Amino acid sequence: MPQSDLERLTAPVRRTTWRFYAVVAPLAAIVALGAYAYYVQFTTGLGVTGMRDYVSWGLYISNFVFFIGVSHAGTLISAILRVSGAEWRKPITRMAESITVIAISVGALFPIIDLGHPDRILNLLFYGRIQSAVLWDFISIATYLTGSLLYLYLPLIPDLAAMREAKVGGRFRRALYGFLSMKWRDHPGQRWRLKRGIAIMAVLIIPIAVSVHTVVSWIFGMTLRVGWHSTIFGPYFVVGAILSGIATIILAMAVFRKVYHLEKWIKPLHFRNLGLMMLALDLILVYFTLSEYLTAAYGSESADTAWLNALAFGPYAYLFWGMVVGGLLAPVFILALTRVKSVAWLVVAAVCVNVGMWFERLLIVVPAMATPQMPVNWASYSPTWVEWSITAGAIAGFVLLYAVFSKLFPLVSVWEVSEETPEAKPTPRPVGEEVTP
Amino acid sequence: MPDADAKGEASDEAPQVGKDGMDRRRFLKMAGIGAGAVAILAIGSKFLADRIVPASADPRLRGSTSNSWVMMIDLSKCDGCGACTRACDAAHYVPSGQSWIQVYTVQDATGGTYHLPRPCFHCRNAPCVKVCPVGATYVDPDGTVLVDQTRCIGCRYCMAACPYNARFFNWTTPSYPPAALAHTYSPEEPWPTTKGVVMKCVFCAHHAREGTLPECVTGCPMGAIYFGNENEDAVTNGMGETLPFRKTLQTQGGFRWKEELGTDPRVYYLPARR
Ligand code: SF4
Ligand code: SF4
Repeated sequence: MPQSDLERLTAPVRRTTWRFYAVVAPLAAIVALGAYAYYVQFTTGLGVTGMRDYVSWGLYISNFVFFIGVSHAGTLISAILRVSGAEWRKPITRMAESITVIAISVGALFPIIDLGHPDRILNLLFYGRIQSAVLWDFISIATYLTGSLLYLYLPLIPDLAAMREAKVGGRFRRALYGFLSMKWRDHPGQRWRLKRGIAIMAVLIIPIAVSVHTVVSWIFGMTLRVGWHSTIFGPYFVVGAILSGIATIILAMAVFRKVYHLEKWIKPLHFRNLGLMMLALDLILVYFTLSEYLTAAYGSESADTAWLNALAFGPYAYLFWGMVVGGLLAPVFILALTRVKSVAWLVVAAVCVNVGMWFERLLIVVPAMATPQMPVNWASYSPTWVEWSITAGAIAGFVLLYAVFSKLFPLVSVWEVSEETPEAKPTPRPVGEEVTP
Repeated sequence: MPDADAKGEASDEAPQVGKDGMDRRRFLKMAGIGAGAVAILAIGSKFLADRIVPASADPRLRGSTSNSWVMMIDLSKCDGCGACTRACDAAHYVPSGQSWIQVYTVQDATGGTYHLPRPCFHCRNAPCVKVCPVGATYVDPDGTVLVDQTRCIGCRYCMAACPYNARFFNWTTPSYPPAALAHTYSPEEPWPTTKGVVMKCVFCAHHAREGTLPECVTGCPMGAIYFGNENEDAVTNGMGETLPFRKTLQTQGGFRWKEELGTDPRVYYLPARR
């Protein structure tokens, strides 16, 4: 493995400037605020939130769906591209896989934050009933987290061993790399087994990921509520998840490329290919959204109509049209007009997609709960500072964990990108496109 | 797979691979021990829990299959005074903000209005029971849907699932008078309870087995609410008036709220105008 690659890719691990701390400190402060808000909620009760008996799920459950959605990043990029043998994926798989693990970890906290009795969470083990979709979620998310951790860890081993050999980092990190690299000596037999392991995980993780967001959607789909009781929810959630996952990878790639000077590995080709994937998934999501809402709108069931009216013209209109126009259509136009060539516009589109997807998650959870089921007026819901602080804390925590990850492990898989040179196949290019690195 | 593995190892440098194989075995062994420990812990705790709370003393198994409670509410008699709600609130120390039996005002097709008292419907095919991940919401042998507030984890999935908004959450710690605090909690008489659990109408299951009527039935000054045992085919209101259950429903146009959902409620209504 060329020493220069290892040296340059582990540079962020070796050197930490004041700028890193300048970013980390405010993030840590926001996380601390979130933790304080949770303390208030834990001691006083969920009454400190804006949730009440009608709208009894709010920001927390929306955040849960959103983060678990973002976690689909790694699976798509690394597993699907690995299985289909797309060589260009190599420099970005690590970033994608780490998004997955971090997003699941943060997302899985939200149902627990939402519990009235978090201290009784072990009841899920003692009294768990497999008939309940909550248990389906519990099982599939635990499986997904375990699988993704393994899937992140396996391709890390050779890099960890290389860092161990190169004596990167102080005492703590050296011990960490020594422990985690598990006597990796880079023998052909070890390589062969590692590749097999990675290949098996890549195949396994795809159905697991699809199942995860499907059962998340079934939490809602299995009830009898207007706006939730819909057969399209499984695929709708999965596509939305992959879309927000790709958008998040694009953002991570853009930021890390700039901050850590990874231009040699993260090339316009990667942005372009991911941009095309984002465009395709966005279009599929437009199609699903149309199917979902048009079916409800075309009939005239009074409850459906009332729910749609509230979405399109009522209190949720800003969110709804923000999601449709800003989160779904605007990215399509941006990507189409710039022909997916400009990284800056791609980043804008990715931000639009992620904000739009967060709106979408909120629009799925809240209006359906506010829809009257009995002869009463519409219920209202406005989140309190506790909910906003915990939400901000989670987003900051996500970024913080990612920043810390970048200081512990190389963000680009060193051994995999080194493998490409010199005898590797030429990097396949998108059809009809000349890309200059 | 072990075959291929062994071959792969044989072709490598022997000492290195030997060590390597041992590592993997050790890793697998450790993983196996870990998984086993978790499983034994879970099964063991369940076993212990079953010993500590023997089934005979389980408050969840009270009642008998010869009872099948039903309620019939004559909407033409209800004037919407809310006395049923007040009687229920007082007898059950219902935390403020909740109304286990709630009286709605409904607009009918002719432009008039009528009143609709809604207790929990104790659905025979209850969505809330289906979705509860820990079995905190359960059906007792009488057919009453109850919540074990000592098991509830407060996920509120049952509230999302109930199509009738019959469930309430203790968003904060309920304030109880001393009499309620001195009471011994049971799912049938759920007070005192803590914050973070779900509450709802208990169909006065404890009264019913002792042969007395629910609080809302005796509390209704109009005699609009009837209660009884489906197996005896008779329902009685607070005035002592007893009606044949099935025949009354048939002749008076009995119906249930949102029958089309298939929840099969135990609460029946007689129309407001007939
Ligand atoms: S009315 Fe609601 S709470 Fe009562 S049994 Fe039916 S679904 Fe459950
Ligand atoms: S809130 Fe309690 S009773 Fe309701 S579903 Fe969750 S655990 Fe069961």
